[in-house]
Amino acid sequence: MNRLSRLWAILIKEFIQMRRDRMTFAMMLGIPIIQLILFGFAINNDPKQLPAAIYAEEDTHFTRAILSGFAASRYFNFEHVVKDLDQAQTLMKKGEIAFIVTIQAGFSRDLVNGLKPQLLIIADASDPAVSSNALGQAANIVNNALRHDLTGHLANLQSKTGPVELVIHRKFNPENITQYNIVPGLLGVILTMTSVMITAMAMTRERERGNLENILAMPAQPLEVMLGKIFPYVLVGAVQTLIIILAARYIFDVPFIGYVLLLLSGVILFIIANLCLGFTFSTIAKSQMQAMQLTFFFFLPSILLSGFMFPFWGMPKWAQFIGEALPLTHFLRIVRGVMLKGANWQHLATEFYAILIFTLVMGLLAILRYQRTLD
Amino acid sequence: MSDVAIEVEGLVKKFGKKTVVNGIDLNIKKGQVWGFLGPNGSGKTTTIRMICGLLTPTSGKGSCLGYDIIRESKFIKQETGYMTQHFSFWEDLTIKENLQFVARMYNLTKSDEKVVNALAEIGLQQRQDQLAGNLSGGWKQRLALAAVTLHQPKLLLLDEPTAGVDPQARREFWAHIHKLSQQGVTVLVSTHYMDEAQRCDQIVYLANGQLITTGTVAQVIQHSGLVSFRLTGHNIRQYSEELQKMKCIQGVAFYGGSLHIVGKDKSEIEANLASSRFNQVSVEAVVPELEEAFIALTQQAKSSGSEYQ
Repeated sequence: MNRLSRLWAILIKEFIQMRRDRMTFAMMLGIPIIQLILFGFAINNDPKQLPAAIYAEEDTHFTRAILSGFAASRYFNFEHVVKDLDQAQTLMKKGEIAFIVTIQAGFSRDLVNGLKPQLLIIADASDPAVSSNALGQAANIVNNALRHDLTGHLANLQSKTGPVELVIHRKFNPENITQYNIVPGLLGVILTMTSVMITAMAMTRERERGNLENILAMPAQPLEVMLGKIFPYVLVGAVQTLIIILAARYIFDVPFIGYVLLLLSGVILFIIANLCLGFTFSTIAKSQMQAMQLTFFFFLPSILLSGFMFPFWGMPKWAQFIGEALPLTHFLRIVRGVMLKGANWQHLATEFYAILIFTLVMGLLAILRYQRTLD
Repeated sequence: MSDVAIEVEGLVKKFGKKTVVNGIDLNIKKGQVWGFLGPNGSGKTTTIRMICGLLTPTSGKGSCLGYDIIRESKFIKQETGYMTQHFSFWEDLTIKENLQFVARMYNLTKSDEKVVNALAEIGLQQRQDQLAGNLSGGWKQRLALAAVTLHQPKLLLLDEPTAGVDPQARREFWAHIHKLSQQGVTVLVSTHYMDEAQRCDQIVYLANGQLITTGTVAQVIQHSGLVSFRLTGHNIRQYSEELQKMKCIQGVAFYGGSLHIVGKDKSEIEANLASSRFNQVSVEAVVPELEEAFIALTQQAKSSGSEYQ
């Protein structure tokens, strides 16, 4: 009976401690709920309603049939009708569209004459998971769309090879290599994980050990303390970036088309954004353990909803909305845009501004909360 | 120049709904050593933190070294050394690195020289490259004192600096404090040790966030209004229980082979002791111990709430 009583004593103690540690308790309930919602509802490996642009030099009965066929497939969502191809290319570099469907002048004439006119689809293949299913369906969609119209004396055009020659240009990643998309993305993921956690833990450790009180008793301003603590980790992040980019280039053969300086400024901004977040976490967490848990809480949606693991366009609107609030989402667009698509400042300015706003908000929050922790 | 180092009035600090410090007035002259005493949670640490500008008072005003404690805390910090209750230097830095950090934080001139001198003074030159975390309690305390005095502060705030330190180290520590005091440094030290309280020029007794009494040791004992008797005799302990039951006696304590009793009403105690039950006991009037005065003051503060001030 003694043994049972001791077992009981320990059981009771564990339950009391479990209830006291709110953060751990929240993790135990929160993580399964978040995972269920994200994996169950938000993540979709067969993304539909992908944004696309149309560049059509003619508008006929046949072209309308083809376009409505694309739309009816639910893979393509024609958000833009463009006047020239350059405009469409810009949209693609900005990451606003996944496809450009182009129809050249004379398409209908050639079709009727049995000349198998070309139908060109330009796809952003930087993330193969986004485009592959839609492209796989494209030939069927075209053939089915024309089946109703090619009747009577035109019926013989429905040969085995189809009435139209479908040409697909996979841009930015013609060989559909997954690493091209994953490796640059990893840069963002690794920077998020380490930057947020390192600052949050380093700051919380100082509070736990009483060092913070010591620093505060010396004539140091909160901003000085914050800058002094953040700067070394910006350097650490820079070294991590160098390692990943060199590995991307020389081990995984990932192309680097764009401007190095543009990427570098994105990296620095992104690191600062994460450090500010880590600093804010450190003002919330009461122990290093809690700092770690908070980081994990943030990290999970970051990798799932940012477009790192799963196509951003595959997610429902509410999940995309959350994703837009995460700095990783915007950084992924910057790093993939610069490395794979050769995107320039004009293409990526919005993403930079988004991270900048996040940084300013977090930095302000960190300073305000930090000042309050003294009292 | 004024000879007042610290002057505060009606200092109040609330954390949420809890009032930790409730209206404290202090007037501390330069070069004095003041002892802060009081039970745990009486507001000693919070008061010290408000004086050096670490905490903003909820209400009240004051000045420290001629600077306003609310608006000019930046200047106070420059001239104050604050030694926290728990060792708060970096255990993963070496002894020397900790001192160098402090020197840089205060932007000291001739900082290398000052660090070397400080190391020599605390006798840690040989071990300067050891991690501070590996030091024992007494050595950590010496390092902390050296670090908070490195910038030659005019005011030293020491929060229970000698907790868990052996008697030899405590004695050396106090010798150092008095040396600094002679050089004109004002020292505020909180402690639970009565012998340390007796080394202070003035003591302040806090309970429940209120200042109960202040003055020299003799004044505090006198202020308590206590009388004390020493009882000796064969098997003196047997009387303890009976004495404790007497209403006029507030405290009974063993001191070696004797019993000390304290109370307020001298004649009533004497009348009680005159009973034939105590004819085997010799009674001698003595000066009450500081500890007895404090315990009595704490009890009075508890029973009469804020009325006793």
